[in-house]
Amino acid sequence: MSGAQKIAVTVTAVVPLNDLVTRFEFRRTGGGLLPTFSGGAHTVVEMRDGDTPRMNPYSLMSDPMDQTSYAISVRRDDVGRGGSLFMHNNVAVGDEMVISNPVNLFSLDLRAKKQLFIAGGIGITPFLAQIKQMERLGGRWELHYTCRSEALGSYVDELTTQHPNEANVYYDDQDQRIDLKALLDGQPIGTHIYVCGPKGMIDWVRNTAAAEGWPREGIHYEEFLAPQSGKPFEVKLAISNKVIQVGEQESLLEAMERSGVDAPYLCRGGACGQCETRVIDYTGNFIHRDHWLDDAEHASGEKIMPCVSRFEGKTLVLDR
Amino acid sequence: MSKFEFPTSIISRPVYGTLEPRDGSAHLMIADATGAQAILDVATPDMMAKAHIIYIPKGAEFGHRLRALNPAQYYEGPSYAAAEQRIAKAFGDAKMGLQVYLSGSEGVMGQAQHAAMQAGVPHTAIQTEHRGSTARRMQCVHCKGITEDVATDPFQCSHCGLHLFVRDHYSRRLAAYQGVNIDAEDPGNVPEAKGIYE
Repeated sequence: MSGAQKIAVTVTAVVPLNDLVTRFEFRRTGGGLLPTFSGGAHTVVEMRDGDTPRMNPYSLMSDPMDQTSYAISVRRDDVGRGGSLFMHNNVAVGDEMVISNPVNLFSLDLRAKKQLFIAGGIGITPFLAQIKQMERLGGRWELHYTCRSEALGSYVDELTTQHPNEANVYYDDQDQRIDLKALLDGQPIGTHIYVCGPKGMIDWVRNTAAAEGWPREGIHYEEFLAPQSGKPFEVKLAISNKVIQVGEQESLLEAMERSGVDAPYLCRGGACGQCETRVIDYTGNFIHRDHWLDDAEHASGEKIMPCVSRFEGKTLVLDR
Repeated sequence: MSKFEFPTSIISRPVYGTLEPRDGSAHLMIADATGAQAILDVATPDMMAKAHIIYIPKGAEFGHRLRALNPAQYYEGPSYAAAEQRIAKAFGDAKMGLQVYLSGSEGVMGQAQHAAMQAGVPHTAIQTEHRGSTARRMQCVHCKGITEDVATDPFQCSHCGLHLFVRDHYSRRLAAYQGVNIDAEDPGNVPEAKGIYE
């Protein structure tokens, strides 16, 4: 079975934070401790939405050393494929669910002398766990967190009360912006940047830091992509000897799973590289959306990441 | 001046490049002997306005030419050990955006790289260019003593006196290659010393 090891959990709390974000807390079903993790880790939550299985990655936001429970915060996406809506509308206290062991693709580099966290909106969640980790380690950190408005500022009160000197909050509707150049200027040597938020924010931080002479090894970012819907297409799986149809609302990875093919995966968001699949033959165009393959690999037509990327054309034969 | 081509080896062995100018808030350049030429090659007036050059001549006569580049700060000292406090201070006070340029012998570049890494600069973000001596800084894996400027293989540990085989196994933490006793199985059977790259 692909993916990280599974854990059977029971929902112990569902806490709406504001119009868009709800927190879900889990304990191990039947008791017992959960694994510790490191700040920045995510878990893949499995949902049984009628006939549609859904598996969405969410950053763990609870204390990484707290083995009694895990917490995630889910932002409702009304125009998404339905995973977050399912969490908001269908998951209740007492429900039994399956989540994956924590997997970290956004871990802290503990060689850093200082951690500079930059969050946009729901991108705050991995930092909540990382901040708890840094507090335990006694390391230097600083947070710059942009929210749309005070009403949508998830965890702002907790952050500014507990960490008045480290947590800085900016509200878009009050025209408050991070002065990034000034923020980067004068940071002590050995500072690492971590950015989690919309793609535009990640690009802005990466490009600005690079232009200021920051080494790319010290700039860490995480952006989970949700698979996007698209035109249905047909795929031939050479090893499994199957021809499958990828529907409009499902990803290629999900279509393979639905057809009983055990395809590897970990993050399901185009980031980890686990599902990389060799293309044997194709006539048509790839719609690459992952962060894993580089531009040359995307152009080569030799590889595809089935978790987020699609295909439009006549034939696609995969080595799976 | 032609540059020495080190033979390809195991992945542990450092490889050096050619210094190139990079955008940054400050430039720290550390060189010994003919490593000065690499700085002369890369220097631009803009870079020099924000540059700190630390130079260990070891008898080479480039000091006046480096000084003529008019860097913001210039230091010349007789050895890496003599420059070490200044290097530690330079890294300790440094801000992000600093670019690090190292050139010259493997021993000086390795020690300066270690100082940069201690300060939190990723080793992959440090530029290096080898010039001049191909002698190595070696650690005896038995007594842990460091012997500087080793040019032959095998060589005798300057601390414990064992005859050591010069390995390409390098430690960034120690800024030294590893030297292993060559006649442990058959004491006294020490091959004749040759130049490391002969």
